[in-house]
Amino acid sequence: MTQATGTPAPDVVVVDDVAKRFVIRKDDSLKERLVTLGRGRRHREDFWALDGVTFSLQAGTTIGLIGHNGSGKSTLLKVIGGILEPTRGTVATRGRVAALLELGAGFHPDLTGRENVYLNASILGLSREEAAARFDEILEFSGIGEFIDTQVKFYSSGMYVRLAFAVAVHTDPDILLVDEVLAVGDEAFQRKCLDKIREFQQEGRTIVLVTHSLGQVLELCDRAIVLHHGSIAADDEPRAAVAIMRDLLEDRRREEAADRDAARADGPQIASVSVAAAGRVIDEPVYPGDDLDIVIGLRTGASLPPGWFLGVQIDSALGQVVYGTTTRRLGVDLGALEGVRRVRLRLEDTRFGPGKYFVNVSIIDEVGRHIDDATQAASFSTSDDGTAVGVVSAQPHFTDLDA
Amino acid sequence: MTAPKDPAEARATRFAVLEQTPLVVIGSRSGAVRQSARQLRDILRRRELLGLLIRRDLKARYKGSALGFLWSFIRPLTQLLIYYVVVGHFLQAAKGIPDFAIYVFCGLTIFGLFSETMSGAATSIVSNQGLIKKIALPREIFPLASVGSALFNFGIQLLVLIVAAILTGSLVFGAHLLYAIPAILVVLVYAAGLGLVLSAANVYLRDVQYLVEIALMLLLWASPIIYSWTMVQGVLGNGPLLEIYTNNPVTLSVLAFQTAFRNPEVGAEYPEHLLLRLAIAGAVGLVLAFFAQRAFARMQGSFAQEL
Repeated sequence: MTQATGTPAPDVVVVDDVAKRFVIRKDDSLKERLVTLGRGRRHREDFWALDGVTFSLQAGTTIGLIGHNGSGKSTLLKVIGGILEPTRGTVATRGRVAALLELGAGFHPDLTGRENVYLNASILGLSREEAAARFDEILEFSGIGEFIDTQVKFYSSGMYVRLAFAVAVHTDPDILLVDEVLAVGDEAFQRKCLDKIREFQQEGRTIVLVTHSLGQVLELCDRAIVLHHGSIAADDEPRAAVAIMRDLLEDRRREEAADRDAARADGPQIASVSVAAAGRVIDEPVYPGDDLDIVIGLRTGASLPPGWFLGVQIDSALGQVVYGTTTRRLGVDLGALEGVRRVRLRLEDTRFGPGKYFVNVSIIDEVGRHIDDATQAASFSTSDDGTAVGVVSAQPHFTDLDA
Repeated sequence: MTAPKDPAEARATRFAVLEQTPLVVIGSRSGAVRQSARQLRDILRRRELLGLLIRRDLKARYKGSALGFLWSFIRPLTQLLIYYVVVGHFLQAAKGIPDFAIYVFCGLTIFGLFSETMSGAATSIVSNQGLIKKIALPREIFPLASVGSALFNFGIQLLVLIVAAILTGSLVFGAHLLYAIPAILVVLVYAAGLGLVLSAANVYLRDVQYLVEIALMLLLWASPIIYSWTMVQGVLGNGPLLEIYTNNPVTLSVLAFQTAFRNPEVGAEYPEHLLLRLAIAGAVGLVLAFFAQRAFARMQGSFAQEL
């Protein structure tokens, strides 16, 4: 993952002021076009998926492209891969480029696995001899075994993807473009894929990874670019970029939450949620060992009879549930809810791993129906001393027992 | 290719090789001719893939059917039977044309090459959209693959035609057999050029594929396949109308093909300077094909977003 020592790394991808415009047409058939001819402008809408993107990549880097849905990262990947032409600006690459935008894109269901391997290898730029020389390796990596001579339409989706990935990684690319395809296959195969990617990194291949998994970026990349509405919002080492990405997601979440509040009706609702470490102010990082206070404001127009309870759940930035409890589990009877009320849940001696966490709160009635949900109603970040990743914090001490 | 086992070494080698490789600007705009030449080179470099795609089309077409490739004969033979019985004998078109069956089959074979290429090429980009949206390839390969698979079917039909012509005694060895070559070339040049443009246009406007079907039906009846050229001459006279009718490249190819595979003794009448006309049509076709490729290159930049 680190730069090679001694060998200077040449630029392999140079993206210069690239912009990509999509025209959204609302008339599609000949008739509609003839009818709207002359006043065509009204039936078109421009959308700039990319605008003024400039960066260059040195050989051997693994770069993560991140951004929320529609931020232009997949478009950028397609422009680098030569699948889309930029409207403005230029993209230059050197060496063999392999794009893993969709595994098995060239597979034909009626052909056998073997025929498809040769066809797909050829599509990805291998000659027949090269494909034949690597066939055994591909077969072994895919784990398809004797099914290789069966038509691929009879394959399970897992087999299909395994074979496709096996072909793609055996094409000896200098630049590998990967678009969210690593989340396929069973766990063992995913391991294998990640190992292969690490091997590629060791061999000085350049990898451009588009992903929504910020964890994957931290784990695999040595640089990350955050795209926001088609421009580069950050181009930095992964930790810093991921932090910026989280802030962007947070902004969006706040906007959505505000919309939701405005639209709410008169029933029981969660009016406010705040979270902070006891003795610290809101937005200050939470340190291991801190007590965490979650203060929930409730409000209702009509009264809610006894039997209802509150659910509180803490998610990691990747959406994984880290902690969850309800007042029912805790044996707390909240009585009837009328007017306005504030409650506090204190979690003592917390030890969250570094990162950002989100608090979800729900009002649930007797039978378990959710009356009101405040998803990601509040968030907190924990301190990060750089010694570890994950959702649990612990003091690490390393000892070599045989020394 | 034997990659060195040591990753650090592999890395150093890769960097060294990359240093030597020039940065290539994707889709760079240079002069039209130079660019066409470069794209042609790209396609030639991927000819192996072209072969595989053609084979894929052919293999997949009849996979799972009991008669398989026989179906590619059954269609033209049925057509032949219908035209022979209905047009030839009920409508009595056969009277003025000796060896009517061979005559019709000649026309159907060469026209089949044209129509199969055109209808295959027109839909080739749309039906391969899975690949086009995901992988960077010279996209001309897909319409060209339709030309290839049509050529294969044409080859089989041609064999049948030759056998039939020998059996009926209509095949005579001589220089006139060579007429078949310009006939095939002219058809290929036009079919490839038109196929390129139409395949690209079909991406933007799906109506194109239906227009192509109609146009092919018109062309079938606008060439002397089921009737003879002299019948047209009789109706249109020797004026400019006949010239327009005759200089349709498909008509010229059909005439040349019939000349090749029919006994020259039967004395069928053909327009003068057939070879010269074919040569001109071929030259015009090449220029059109060049512009077709330019148009294709211009349109293909936004295929991935339009599909």
